[in-house]
Amino acid sequence: MATFRPTERNARAWQVGLLVVLLLAWHLVSRGDKAAFFLGEPIQVAGRIWSWFLPFAVPPNPLFPEGLPGNADIYRHLGTTLLETVLAFGIGTVLGLACGLWLALAPTASLILDPYIKAANSMPRVILAPIFALWFGLGIWSKVALAVTLVFFIVFFNVYQGVREVSPVVLANAKMLGANQRQLLRTVYLPSATSWVFSSLHTSVGLAFVGAVVGEYLGSARGVGYLILQAEGTFDVNTVFAGIVVLTVFALALDGLVGRVEKRLMKWQPRSGETEKL
Amino acid sequence: MSADSPYALELIDIQCTFRAKDDASQRYTAVADTTLRIREGEFVSVVGPTGCGKSTLLNVGAGLLQPSSGTVKVFGQPLEGINTRAGYMFQTEALMPWRSARDNVMVGLQYRGVSDADAAAQAEQWLARVGLAGFGDRYPHQLSGGMRKRAALAQTLVLDPDIILMDEPFSALDVQTRQLMENEVLELWSRKKKAVLFITHDLDEAIAMSDRVVVLSAGPATHPIGEFAIDLARPRDVAEVRTHPRFVELHTQIWNVLRDEVLKGYAQQLKKAA
Repeated sequence: MATFRPTERNARAWQVGLLVVLLLAWHLVSRGDKAAFFLGEPIQVAGRIWSWFLPFAVPPNPLFPEGLPGNADIYRHLGTTLLETVLAFGIGTVLGLACGLWLALAPTASLILDPYIKAANSMPRVILAPIFALWFGLGIWSKVALAVTLVFFIVFFNVYQGVREVSPVVLANAKMLGANQRQLLRTVYLPSATSWVFSSLHTSVGLAFVGAVVGEYLGSARGVGYLILQAEGTFDVNTVFAGIVVLTVFALALDGLVGRVEKRLMKWQPRSGETEKL
Repeated sequence: MSADSPYALELIDIQCTFRAKDDASQRYTAVADTTLRIREGEFVSVVGPTGCGKSTLLNVGAGLLQPSSGTVKVFGQPLEGINTRAGYMFQTEALMPWRSARDNVMVGLQYRGVSDADAAAQAEQWLARVGLAGFGDRYPHQLSGGMRKRAALAQTLVLDPDIILMDEPFSALDVQTRQLMENEVLELWSRKKKAVLFITHDLDEAIAMSDRVVVLSAGPATHPIGEFAIDLARPRDVAEVRTHPRFVELHTQIWNVLRDEVLKGYAQQLKKAA
């Protein structure tokens, strides 16, 4: 019996087991028509995802009495959402980095702009979506703009903090070694700020995704957010859940990708458990 | 003009008064009426009780801190901005954590426009000289405290500065590593005699390494209260020289001056804490 106890080694099995139990519970609960209307049915959700991704139709069978069409029609929407996410993430990060560096190194400007930054940050920025739709139309750019406003402030504050918390000794050392202002920026401020950007990367990628999907949800003709909105309009709760599942999986994939990039670029940072001292 | 000056670094009538940031009426004079001259090729140690303003004095010499009044001259020329002829070894970690040991040693050369290949070659040479050959690819966090100090030493010396400023560079090391490092610094110094201003609170270290020891009073308004020429023969081994009768004699002399100041400094710290 001891072998079934959760340990670090069989954690994966336990995680999968928990998922199976949850799906099973969902399935059992959704057997009633009333519950199925609100909760959806896991098998129907899986079927929806199948038709979205795969070009193979499934003939009628006991699980799907009407069969499944193989539309493979989600790629267009998914591509749009991912493109918006990547664009927003890139633009937001670069803008945040530039503004953060500038304001942290220009005390007068930061003094004057301080209340405006605070106001812009505390404003619920999702309500900017209609304005962006007005400015940039219903194409991808209004979504990108919304997501940029979310990403920008995360990166901006982290860079701002990062530059201000550069170790004064490292800074003085670089000055003594003969760095001029530009060299200081390149070899001290920027690397120090990047470490803070990377620590916020997981949050900012997630928010870029949120911005893109919320933007689509509020008005668009394409994207996963649009699919969910359409399904909601026809009370097709299974499609809504399928959309949520797809979004979750891609958010996880993006997060994993960021983790890998971070690990490569931040190899100078000590990680706990690393005993490589000599 | 500059060639005539026998002094590498002169601090003349230095006074440093700090103002509290939130309350302009709160002032603290760390250093007052201090004149300190270091000849070319001379190894001068400054000892004093903790918190007496030794580092302040060093920062003034480095050009990192503007004195409230007084002049700093470098080889006879008044100092403006950073002292470009000086190398500075800090008390705390000063290596850039995002650069490997080699890149850290290279960085000063790169600032001066030396090509990367050339800088890397020189860095490699200096890493070998401080006993870090083969450790160039490691990041500071992968090195031990002593190795980080060696890397910092190579980082400073690779630029071949005419004046070397050291702020208790070995205070964080254990006794054995410390003696090794002290001997290494003496070795490197004796090859190319540079002016060294060495700050320490350890009298043994000061006597063992220097040509001259300057004793500072307890703060506030620290100023030199004694100066001793150390006439022990070179080359010295910092561990062996400690048993030399002349060393003991000098130690007693200097300690007599220093003791009262240390007690004063200690009493002040107690008062601050209370």
